Amino acid sequence: MTGFLLRRALGAAVTLLAISVIIYVVFYAAPGNVAQISCGPRCSPAQVQQVADQLRLDDPLYLRYWHFLQGIFVGQDFSTGTALQHCDAPCLGFSYQTDQQVTQLILTKLPATASLALGAMVLWLILGVGTGVLSAWRRGRPTERILTGITLAGTATPVFVIGLVLMIVVCGQLQWLPFPQYVPFSDDPEQWAWNLLLPWLSLALIEAAKYARLTRASMLETLAEDHVRTFRAYGVGERSIIGRHALRGAVAPVIALNANDFGSMFGGAVLSETLFGIPGLGRELVHAVNVVDLPVVVGMVLVTGFFVVLANAVADVLYAVADRRVVLS
Amino acid sequence: MSLVEVDGLTVEFGDLRAVDTLSFRLEEGAALGVVGESGSGKSTVASALLGLHRGTGARVTGSVRVAGTDVQEADDDALRRLRGGTAAMVFQDPLSSLDPYYAVGDQIAEVYRVHSGASRRAARARAVDVLDRVGIPDAARRARSRPHEFSGGMRQRALIAMALACEPALLVADEPTTALDVTVQAQILDLLHSLRQETGMGLLLVTHDVGVAAESVDDVLVMRHGRAVERGTVADVLGAPSAAYTKELLGAVPRVDAARPVRADAAGDVLLEATDLRREFGRGKRAFAAVDGVSLTVRSGETLGIVGESGSGKTTLGRMLVGLLEPTGGQVLLSGTRADAGVQIVFQDPVSSLNPRRSVGESVADPLRARGDKEVRGRVEELLERVGLDPAHYGRYPHEFSGGQRQRVGIARALAAEPRIIVCDEPVSALDVTTQAQVTGLLRELQDELGLALVFIAHDLAVVRQVSDRVAVMRKGRVVEYGTVDEVYGAPQDPYTRQLLAAVPALDPGVAARRRSARRELAAA
Repeated sequence: MTGFLLRRALGAAVTLLAISVIIYVVFYAAPGNVAQISCGPRCSPAQVQQVADQLRLDDPLYLRYWHFLQGIFVGQDFSTGTALQHCDAPCLGFSYQTDQQVTQLILTKLPATASLALGAMVLWLILGVGTGVLSAWRRGRPTERILTGITLAGTATPVFVIGLVLMIVVCGQLQWLPFPQYVPFSDDPEQWAWNLLLPWLSLALIEAAKYARLTRASMLETLAEDHVRTFRAYGVGERSIIGRHALRGAVAPVIALNANDFGSMFGGAVLSETLFGIPGLGRELVHAVNVVDLPVVVGMVLVTGFFVVLANAVADVLYAVADRRVVLS
Repeated sequence: MSLVEVDGLTVEFGDLRAVDTLSFRLEEGAALGVVGESGSGKSTVASALLGLHRGTGARVTGSVRVAGTDVQEADDDALRRLRGGTAAMVFQDPLSSLDPYYAVGDQIAEVYRVHSGASRRAARARAVDVLDRVGIPDAARRARSRPHEFSGGMRQRALIAMALACEPALLVADEPTTALDVTVQAQILDLLHSLRQETGMGLLLVTHDVGVAAESVDDVLVMRHGRAVERGTVADVLGAPSAAYTKELLGAVPRVDAARPVRADAAGDVLLEATDLRREFGRGKRAFAAVDGVSLTVRSGETLGIVGESGSGKTTLGRMLVGLLEPTGGQVLLSGTRADAGVQIVFQDPVSSLNPRRSVGESVADPLRARGDKEVRGRVEELLERVGLDPAHYGRYPHEFSGGQRQRVGIARALAAEPRIIVCDEPVSALDVTTQAQVTGLLRELQDELGLALVFIAHDLAVVRQVSDRVAVMRKGRVVEYGTVDEVYGAPQDPYTRQLLAAVPALDPGVAARRRSARRELAAA
């Protein structure tokens, strides 16, 4: 098991390194004047030159990438022409719009996105896996048909439609909840949860549809396996067969899919963040793209990649804990 | 009241009538073998005894009573009590029949708790008990292992332990040894035999193997197309069968003690010489030699049988002889023929070794096209006819043929390149005995007609004896015994060969009993 964990961690590290190379090359080795792009269209030639110096554009690309890596691991000093600015590790550079450290910027936006992602994930897993198990259990009966219809509708509906409808109905007409307004967990945990309820729900409803379909298909497969037949032939109740024997085998693809979905929420939940006014990474990323704030874009994309890789590694370890044969192969 | 009373049982899956108005009785403590070829409905009967067709869409009529419970009429709770509590079932494939995610002992404990309501702790203790009873060494520790950590034989023992846990009155075993090696099969059959003596439970054994039934039961019921063909004691049915089908079935069963008539022209020139062949798989610490220094010769017109259990390296050896696998050491020398066409292969599974998306004619034509022939259709039709298929079926697809016919296609494909040697890797092990006899008959005809040399690889000692002139017995990558059929089978020198031969089920109950005691002596020695 230790060997497996080490191998998996090493694999994740190599993947991240590869991602960082690709991102760096895509953004900084793109054709065109990188200094001009980085600085934005309204910069004066002097400002552009300053950015070019700061980016060390005269150095070859590999050396610049090396400094970038150095920044992440040990910190980096930036010359602004007149003064030296130190940037502690992990350093992702400075925003050209606000002069703020990218790391700082990300840290301020991370809690909101993490709140949204975690809560939504818990909800979509409960709703999705539950619905999937239920429709596999009630296969061919009216329950299954109704559930299949609902999940199909869920998959086909965009998040802003569900979110808007929920807001209009729950907050506007019924007035059960105030219109969502992000409250940090550290300020008031109760308000945090109430205000995030609708964003969680609207994200979860859509994602749950996907999970319900996957779980159902996977359950039907395991329910047809020989060992399930064995326990049926030994008079074990249907509840135990579904919950203990069939579900255990059916969760593997669910874990794998969930890892990707959860990871890509960091940076990818723009629509919900915008709709519900959550100051998260997705909105910040879109803003940074609009104003061509390259260091911020690169930093954010890298962080998103980090979470996807991390979530996948965690999923693999969970999978290995669930099925020890994985460790052997 | 009998333990099992089946009256007019009919089971239909859609239009297919798998079991057709079958009636039989099984007395308490007695053992009945249900014997038949694939499609005879024997497994469907086994499932019906436990009411496993309920809720599957199968249409079941007639009545089935097990220990007084009417399986058809019983409510779900009564049926659950019957399953495992009164009648327990052991399935064919011991690997897939256990849940891979849970410890073996926990699975047994779960079943025990369902029926006894015992505490977790008591159920675990019971699991260790029964595992110990079926001969799992160090049962308390091994109860915590998962199924993949068990060998095939141990898994089947674990399933039998699960069956024993609730002390059922009836054990239903559906092909319990079909997936196992012959020596392991003998151990499992011996185990069933002694458990029956100890506990006095009834046994219904479903098998395609007449020998397995002869070893294990008192009475035999022969089934065909869902109907009972014949029923009687083992000695009567196997010794003096009255039904024509039973006679045909028994006639087709290869006998390990029946010699093949000696053929005058068997020993021709040496066609192939393998010297010190080795093949390793894996690297570093995990490296192991699947074939570890094998030397043998193949002469024109003869059949060399290679027999061994799973993992003995016989398939790896066969693939090296054909050139499908590069040896790690040693060499294969062919005399006088083009190396690529000189040796051809026929695979075990005629389903997966034919491309399902190409017509059989095209598959047979492949080797011809590969050597540059332009007009192949006539030749392919000739080949199809030669192996006993209708040449007009050129354009048909593999799924339109039966297993035996598909294997004929495989043979035609091997013949197409006009080889002098054909390596047959388990060519008949997926086939019913009557089909087996037809395919081995065809191989012999072709051999006599074309002067082919055959290398016949199989795990079934009886089949190998039937077809071979000379035999090599393999174990763990080495040939432990190599000689003429009569030498190897008549006077085996190596203890492993003796053990193998003692494990082959005998058709005669008297012989079976003698073999059983011989096995006990071998095990004790």
